[in-house]
Amino acid sequence: MTAELEMSLYVLILAVPLGLQLVQRVSPLLHTPLMSLTNAISAISVVGAILVAGAAGASKLSQVLGCVAVVASTINIVSGFLITDRMLKMFRKKDK
Amino acid sequence: MEQIWQIAYIFAALSIIGSIKWLSSPATARRGVMAGQIGMLFAVVGTLLRHEVVDYEFILISIFIGAAIGAPLAYLMPMTAVPQLTALSHAFGSLAAALVGTAEYYRLTPTGFTMTALVIETVLGYLTFTASIMAFGKLQELVPTRPITYKGQNFVNIALLLFAVSLGLWMIVEPTPSWVFPTFTGLSLLFGVLLIIPIGGGDMPTVIALLNSYAGAACAAMGFALSNRLLIIAGALNAASGFILSVIMCKAMNRSFLNVLFGAFGQVQEGAIAAMSTKPVHSATAEEAAAIMSGARKIIVVPGYGMAVAQAQHKLRELTDALTKRGVEVRFAIHPVAGRMPGHMNVLLAEADIPYDKMHEMEEINPDFAEADVALVIGANDVVNPAARHDTLSPIFGMPILDVDKAHTVMVIKRSMSPGFAGIDNELYYMDRTLMLFGDAKSFVADIVKELPAHS
Repeated sequence: MTAELEMSLYVLILAVPLGLQLVQRVSPLLHTPLMSLTNAISAISVVGAILVAGAAGASKLSQVLGCVAVVASTINIVSGFLITDRMLKMFRKKDK
Repeated sequence: MEQIWQIAYIFAALSIIGSIKWLSSPATARRGVMAGQIGMLFAVVGTLLRHEVVDYEFILISIFIGAAIGAPLAYLMPMTAVPQLTALSHAFGSLAAALVGTAEYYRLTPTGFTMTALVIETVLGYLTFTASIMAFGKLQELVPTRPITYKGQNFVNIALLLFAVSLGLWMIVEPTPSWVFPTFTGLSLLFGVLLIIPIGGGDMPTVIALLNSYAGAACAAMGFALSNRLLIIAGALNAASGFILSVIMCKAMNRSFLNVLFGAFGQVQEGAIAAMSTKPVHSATAEEAAAIMSGARKIIVVPGYGMAVAQAQHKLRELTDALTKRGVEVRFAIHPVAGRMPGHMNVLLAEADIPYDKMHEMEEINPDFAEADVALVIGANDVVNPAARHDTLSPIFGMPILDVDKAHTVMVIKRSMSPGFAGIDNELYYMDRTLMLFGDAKSFVADIVKELPAHS
């Protein structure tokens, strides 16, 4: 096993329980915003898309696939964050 | 400062973790969204600064196109369409993951560990892509929402999955002929479609949560393929979140997690519509309902998907206001699987400006039904069916339900006597204390509001 892989596995085994802990504390009231927020966050795959599309010496195929991936993940990021905020704006506590 | 992107990634990871932490309470939730956006900005800018990235022009154009499509999507969709929008967003995100995996495969044609990560990334990415499109179609009712089943369905699905897995293993072990990866891709795409076909509309909350989890797992797998820890952290958080939500949904329907994980395999036949009962029911007019309500002290409203379909939440807010003015306490009981995604009802009620401290979870409010003068059921059916408690033969037996039948008077607004998602009759409707209010939820609630002043 390479050092890279070892490190990545450590990150994974720490991140999963952290995620489980954090999410369990979210009130069912906010489960829809939670889902749209994590949905937006999962579009961090845009990082991989940029690396594929913009790398030096990338093949035409990589560039095309990468750019389509950048478009798709940006749609996901933008719509995910905006709709989450739009929903949360509506939640208020007291009657006037 | 060649390593500036590494620092940006660390800040991105911190912001993303903070983002989910702050979402735990409505008071800090919007800060959570802000943190998430900042984290994403760090991630994107950091990546653009990496020295591997040399070609900016097309990337910036692509980002611009994506934003130009994404922003109107988020602003123009009505709140009732949030489940569809989420499904569509999943589709785009997982498509991105799958395409990156495909590009990496053709760049490196690796075997061994990197290929394992790429196989997981592409299979989850492509299947989540088509599954989300199908889920979108079902939620938007472009595709029939009833489960579509055929003989040997499980066999076909399992055979396809095994075939895809063996192709995946082959690619991990050694370089393969050129047809293998495209076939693998095609199978993943097809499997996503087949996965959703047998699933009915009422199971959508679980399925959307599951697709959310798959999208996260694909992202984490991409992190392994690219040795990018930021992707692993964000993907793992997302996968954990989707996983927990789908477990919560499963518990709320008394289904096993495996049952849902493998689609509708072995599930009760939900398309079967039970024979209509001929037992008599008590029906009432809006005027009678208004009379009872204005004389009540405590009312608990139980909204379901029917409320969303009828867009009755705003009229419901008017009714709540009118009753509150008369000193009636009105609260809302929300079943975990009410609607088409987790928390769907809360969002709709919040949209209608109903304060969230009036919305209560099932466990919290169930003991209070015995003291409620009126339980008003709007567009909910299976989640209030007492058969779940005692009828061992019922397909929903064991499912936790809202105890509306314990209320002094039960009112059910319903279009007709047709059964709910599980396709079974609801004995609640035939109780002596139950009044059936037949009609469209929105106009019926409006009628009740109109009838109220006469009694003040």
